Amino acid sequence: MGSKVLKIDGLNVYYDQSHILKDINLSFAENTVTAIMGPSGCGKTTLIRTINRMHEFTHGARTEGSIKLYGKDLHQIDPILVRRKVGMVFQKPNPFPTMSIYDNVIAGYKLNGFKLSKIEKNSIVEGSLVKAALWDEVKDNLYKKGAFLSGGQQQRLCIARALAMNPEILLFDEPTSALDPIATDRIEQLINELKAGLTIVLVTHNIAQAARVSDYTAFLYLGELIEFGTTKKMFTTPKNKKTEEYLNGKFG
Amino acid sequence: MINKLAMNSFSGDQSFKFILLSSAAFILMLVAGIVITLYYYSSLSLSTFGLEFITGSTWDPVSGEYGILPFLIGTLLTSIIALVISFPLSLIITIFIGEYFTTGMPNTLMRGAVELLAGIPSIIYGFWGLFVLVPIVREFQILFDIAPYGVGIFTSAIVLAIMIIPYSASIGYEVIGLVPKELKEAAYSLGATRYEVIKNVTLSYSGSGITAGVLLSFGRALGETMAVTMVIGNSNLLPGSIFGPGNTMASLIANEFTEAANELYLSALFETGLILFIVTAVINILGKIIIKKFVSGTK
Repeated sequence: MGSKVLKIDGLNVYYDQSHILKDINLSFAENTVTAIMGPSGCGKTTLIRTINRMHEFTHGARTEGSIKLYGKDLHQIDPILVRRKVGMVFQKPNPFPTMSIYDNVIAGYKLNGFKLSKIEKNSIVEGSLVKAALWDEVKDNLYKKGAFLSGGQQQRLCIARALAMNPEILLFDEPTSALDPIATDRIEQLINELKAGLTIVLVTHNIAQAARVSDYTAFLYLGELIEFGTTKKMFTTPKNKKTEEYLNGKFG
Repeated sequence: MINKLAMNSFSGDQSFKFILLSSAAFILMLVAGIVITLYYYSSLSLSTFGLEFITGSTWDPVSGEYGILPFLIGTLLTSIIALVISFPLSLIITIFIGEYFTTGMPNTLMRGAVELLAGIPSIIYGFWGLFVLVPIVREFQILFDIAPYGVGIFTSAIVLAIMIIPYSASIGYEVIGLVPKELKEAAYSLGATRYEVIKNVTLSYSGSGITAGVLLSFGRALGETMAVTMVIGNSNLLPGSIFGPGNTMASLIANEFTEAANELYLSALFETGLILFIVTAVINILGKIIIKKFVSGTK
C-alpha cells in the first residue's frame, strides 16, 4: 500500500443548475490502478476531469470541496502545471493528425515552447514509446503521420504522448471503448505494467475491465459515490445493494 | 382508393423532379451563355490584338490602341494590398468568434457586425470612401510630402479590405469551428495554454480552410467595381505609385461602356471582362477545392 497521491474531500460539481457530483470522498494510492465505474451519466468522466481541471472548459462548471495532490490544494496550483503532473488519455484516440509520430510524442514540450536538444528529444521519444509498448512497431516510421496507425496503436501513441511529460497520475477516460478486443487487451496489459511508475485512474463502462486491471474500484451512481474499496472485495462481497445489482447487470 | 392516392403522389414526385432538373439545366445554360457571349463579343479584339492586349500598356480608344496592362496591374495591386490589410483583421475576428466567444452576447454582436458589413451596398462603401477616407488619406499624403491625390490604389485597397473582411472571416470561423474538440482537449491535457492551443492546434489544423477563405475574399476583391471606381482616380496610365491614381479592369468597363462608339472598342471592353471573369473564376474554384479538401479531411 503506497501513500495517498490524491485526496478528494467533499467534492461537489455543478454544471450551471445541475448537480453532477455529490459529496465525493475518495483517495488514490500511489502505484495502484483505481477503476471508476458506473452507468452512463453517473459523473465518472466529470470526476476525472476535475482531477486535471479540464472541467473548467465546460461552460458554467463550479466545484466545492477540496482535491489535494500530494497534500497541496489542486486549485492553488497553476492549471497548466496540474495538467503536466496529471496526464490524460481520452476515449477516442486523438493523436495530432498534422504531426509525425515523433512530434506527437514530444507534442507536450512543443506546445509549451520547451527547447530540447536533439539527444533529449530522441531519448524522450524512444523512452515513452518503449513504455507505451509501441516502439517496436513504429521505430522505422517515426517521421510518418500518426493518423496512419491502427486505432489501438493510435491510443498507445496517445499514452506515450502523456507519458513523455512524466506525469505523477495518468487518467484514462474509457480508453478502450473505441477499440477491438485485441487492442483492448494490449492497453489493459500496458496499464498493468505502467502502474509500477505512476498512479492510474481508469474510468470504465466495462465491469469486466474494472475486475481485470484495477486494484481499487469506485462505483458511482447518479453523481454519488455508492461504494469504494479493493476490487477483489467489491466484486466478491459488495456492501451496497445497488453495487450488487450493477455488478449483476440489473441496470447500467 | 389506395391506388388512386399512390398514383397521385407518384405523378407529383415526377413533376417535382422535372421542375428540379429543368431549373438546374437552366442555370447551367445561363452560365454557359454568359461565357459564350463574352467570348463571342471579344473575338474581334482577340483576333486583332492577340497577346498584345494583355502586355500593352497604352489604352487609347481615340487612336485605336488597346492594352490592358495598367488595369491588370491596378486590379491585382488593389486586391493584394486589400488582402494584406484585411487578413490580420479577419484572422482576429475569426479567433474572437470561433475560439474565444463561441456563445453569448459578444459572439452575437460580432457576428452581427460582420454580417452587416457584408450586407452594405458597395455604392455606400464608395461614397464613404470618397467623402471620409479620401480626405484623410490626402492629409497623410500632405504630411508625408506625397502628391496629395487622396484617391488612388491605396485608398481603394483600404475600402476593399473592409469590404472583404466578412468573406474571409465568416469562412474562417466556420472552419475553425470544425477543428475537433478532442484535439484541443489533447493539447490542453498536455499543459498547453489557450494561446498555444490556438497557435499550434486550431490554426495549424485549419490553415488550409482559412487560406481558402482568403482566396475567396481575394476573388471578391478582384471583381468589385462600384466602390473602387469611386475612389481609385480612374487613370488609364500605368500606376506610378500605390499612393497615386490607377484603374482596375472592372472600373474600366464601368466607366467606358457607354462611350464605346465603335465595334473594336466594345470588343476590347468585352475582352477585358472575359479576362476578369477567367481570373476570378480560377481564384474561386481554387478556393472551393481547398475548402472541399479541408472539410473531407475533418471527417
